[in-house]
Amino acid sequence: MDAIKPPLWLLAELTYRCPLHCVFCSNPVDYARHDREMDTATWKRVLGEARAQGAVQLGFSGGEPLMRDDLEELVGHARSLGFYTNLITSGVGLTEARAAALKSAGLDHIQLSFQDSTRELNDFISSTRTFDLKSKVAAIIKSQGYPMVLNCVMHRYNLPHVGRIIDMAERMGADYLELANTQYYGWAWLNRTALMPTVDELRDAEAIVMAHRARLDGRMKVLWVSPDYADAKPKPCMAGWGAVFMVVAPDGSALPCHSARMLPGFEFPNLRDTSVREAWFDSDAFNRYRGQAWMSSTCGDCDERGHDFGGCRCQAFLVTGDASATDPVCPKSEHRGKIDAMLSAAADERAQVSRCGVPAQPLRFVPGAVHRAGLIYRGDEMSLALTAASA
Amino acid sequence: MNPLHLHPAVATMFRLQFEPVQQSWVLLYPEGMVKLNTPAAEILKRCDGRRSVDEIVAELEAAFADTSLRDDVCAFLSQARQRGWLQ
Repeated sequence: MDAIKPPLWLLAELTYRCPLHCVFCSNPVDYARHDREMDTATWKRVLGEARAQGAVQLGFSGGEPLMRDDLEELVGHARSLGFYTNLITSGVGLTEARAAALKSAGLDHIQLSFQDSTRELNDFISSTRTFDLKSKVAAIIKSQGYPMVLNCVMHRYNLPHVGRIIDMAERMGADYLELANTQYYGWAWLNRTALMPTVDELRDAEAIVMAHRARLDGRMKVLWVSPDYADAKPKPCMAGWGAVFMVVAPDGSALPCHSARMLPGFEFPNLRDTSVREAWFDSDAFNRYRGQAWMSSTCGDCDERGHDFGGCRCQAFLVTGDASATDPVCPKSEHRGKIDAMLSAAADERAQVSRCGVPAQPLRFVPGAVHRAGLIYRGDEMSLALTAASA
Repeated sequence: MNPLHLHPAVATMFRLQFEPVQQSWVLLYPEGMVKLNTPAAEILKRCDGRRSVDEIVAELEAAFADTSLRDDVCAFLSQARQRGWLQ
């Protein structure tokens, strides 16, 4: 194996607390079990160690990072270390005063999430009344001169609105718009049947994105995150396991990606008692899927292995039960049929709905809609209940 | 407008800094990084909004004892502008 390169990118998940209840949340389903947060001094030590190893991009995320009242202090510390600092937020809690305090602490950029271009769907998917607030926060971010990225997680319910979402981002003066097609982990995996678009729905939306992209060239970048189930192309997940990226969970667990802590058979290092250097270079967890030695011959003999690194380990585990398997979205995977079955189930459902004469948009904002859509909202009680049920 | 009289500056979205671990200058932007080669870094370091293109060329020609850098510098600046690195 080549020499291990240092981490370049640290994602600091400061807290799992969040005022929103998004059905596609990337936090682990059992997050409520891990509610002991690292204190300010420990976070500062971790940031210093990561910077010394070479990390230069730093995301403050969560949960909602603004729930931490030491965020300004951590941003100031990170900036003085030379990090490029990104705040990844729902916007809840970002008052004018806090935005200004973060600016003077040296915050470089804010990424604001939206769930849709409509108040109804935004508020429905997050189970909060946050659409108007987010619109105000976008104006605050711009008025204070921050680069602003809007992020919208895409799924069957908002894909038909993609043109309006792009218009909204343009009106708000976003520098980038990230249309993040749902990746099925954590809460999104639980809700996959309800959220899954059909291949046609994705292709229609993508065509609209491409048309706008040409129109917006030079003004606003529009990223379309590959819907890898439908694209049938493994993503180069995290640019390779333990290659550039380290996530630090609120309790100090060091992880190779957002989702890895649900993989069985791992003991992830905890930065309360392990240094960033030891965690990155020496831990079994970070070394397990580094390089190519772990690959089956399906990946190990494939010309793409240097580009996609075998795809995503968490996806392999969720779909096949084996984290070292070829990513099942790959047509070379013996499990590709399971992905196709999920996509055709979505198509069958749409066909059935149109045969029955029910409107194609199944969500209605009436009592009982949540239950009918079969959605499981992220929340502490649900997290604890699901953890107890799987124990 | 004669482009040689422009005073290019690194765009506010980007930050230019030296990374000791990588032994390299980098451009940082929201959740991304471009690693720069030496000529690119030497040019961008001088794009501070005060120096004109003419002055940047003159400084580089003096620093590297080479009087034929104008075309290369202009070509790079035009590319950098297209990528949004300069304002």
